[in-house]
Amino acid sequence: MQRQVALIKQSLFDQGYLDEQFMELEELQDDANPNFVEEVSALYFKDSARLINNIDQALERGSFDFNRLDSYMHQFKGSSTSIGASKVKAECTKFREYCRAGNAEGCLRTFHQLKKEHSTLRKKLEHYFQLARQAGPKETARRPK
Amino acid sequence: MQYQISSTFSSNPQSLFSLVDMAEVLRPEMLDISNDTSSLASSQELLHVLAVDDSMVDRKFIERLLRVSSCKVTVVDSATRALQYLGLDGENGSVGFEDLKINLIMTDYSMPGMTGYELLKKIKESSIFREIPVVIMSSENILPRIDRCLEEGAEDFLLKPVKLADVKRLRDSLMKAEERAFKNLMHKRELEANDIYSQLKRAKI
Repeated sequence: MQRQVALIKQSLFDQGYLDEQFMELEELQDDANPNFVEEVSALYFKDSARLINNIDQALERGSFDFNRLDSYMHQFKGSSTSIGASKVKAECTKFREYCRAGNAEGCLRTFHQLKKEHSTLRKKLEHYFQLARQAGPKETARRPK
Repeated sequence: MQYQISSTFSSNPQSLFSLVDMAEVLRPEMLDISNDTSSLASSQELLHVLAVDDSMVDRKFIERLLRVSSCKVTVVDSATRALQYLGLDGENGSVGFEDLKINLIMTDYSMPGMTGYELLKKIKESSIFREIPVVIMSSENILPRIDRCLEEGAEDFLLKPVKLADVKRLRDSLMKAEERAFKNLMHKRELEANDIYSQLKRAKI
């Protein structure tokens, strides 16, 4: 089962959902803090849900306050970077470029794509963490004598 | 390690007995100042870092980085809270905060309200805290920003996401600085002790 978990993780990297930052997070896990990455991930999705909501509302109002939108996206990009959410981060960058260009249409399109990537990543990570839990702690675990 | 060095002694004849005792204590070979003196930071206390970031995710991340690097961590979510923590918010003055031991402040640059840059300035204006190294963290590699921070006295400027290697490097350089300060202090004490001992010898005690 460990192998399955490893393969899933590898595919997340290969398909560009995650980048090296995710590995940096894993390096910070230890026996005393075995769920650190999952905790950070949960925090990320909670925080980004709030940001998505804010942006949704701002866009729905119709008035494109590009400064405000850019500010939300700066936060979104920041936390996406910190967790290694590569595709989400890329959409954030695109969104910000459209903000700076004052391109409302571009913003809407990109935001739609961003929400898709975000949702996909969330599902994939949930699946990954669930399997990782089931597979149990890695080779560092002590075997019973 | 015991350091019972007093840098004052009385030439009052009535305290002759205590001078003899003191001469015994102050014999250089009795002073255990070995070269592998541990700094205060590593042997007794951990480095205490105050981290400031408005992002929940980044706060959790930096806290972990610092814990893994054996630091004591206090995390706050804004520059205003950082100032409150340090007693620099003007409410209580700095009364009671002189004993607060912070070895390093790490702050995000872009924060709503007060920025990390403004926080840096406030800290450098404080007579109590201006000596504390302040490190700025930012996701944006903007040279004028970096220059401005360094000019204002920032110890370092780190690009986010911060790496464990960055934190370890900071910690090591801080520990070395503490150790140097500690060794200088002990060396100074040793010189004073030697001086007193020589004077006592000359006085033929």
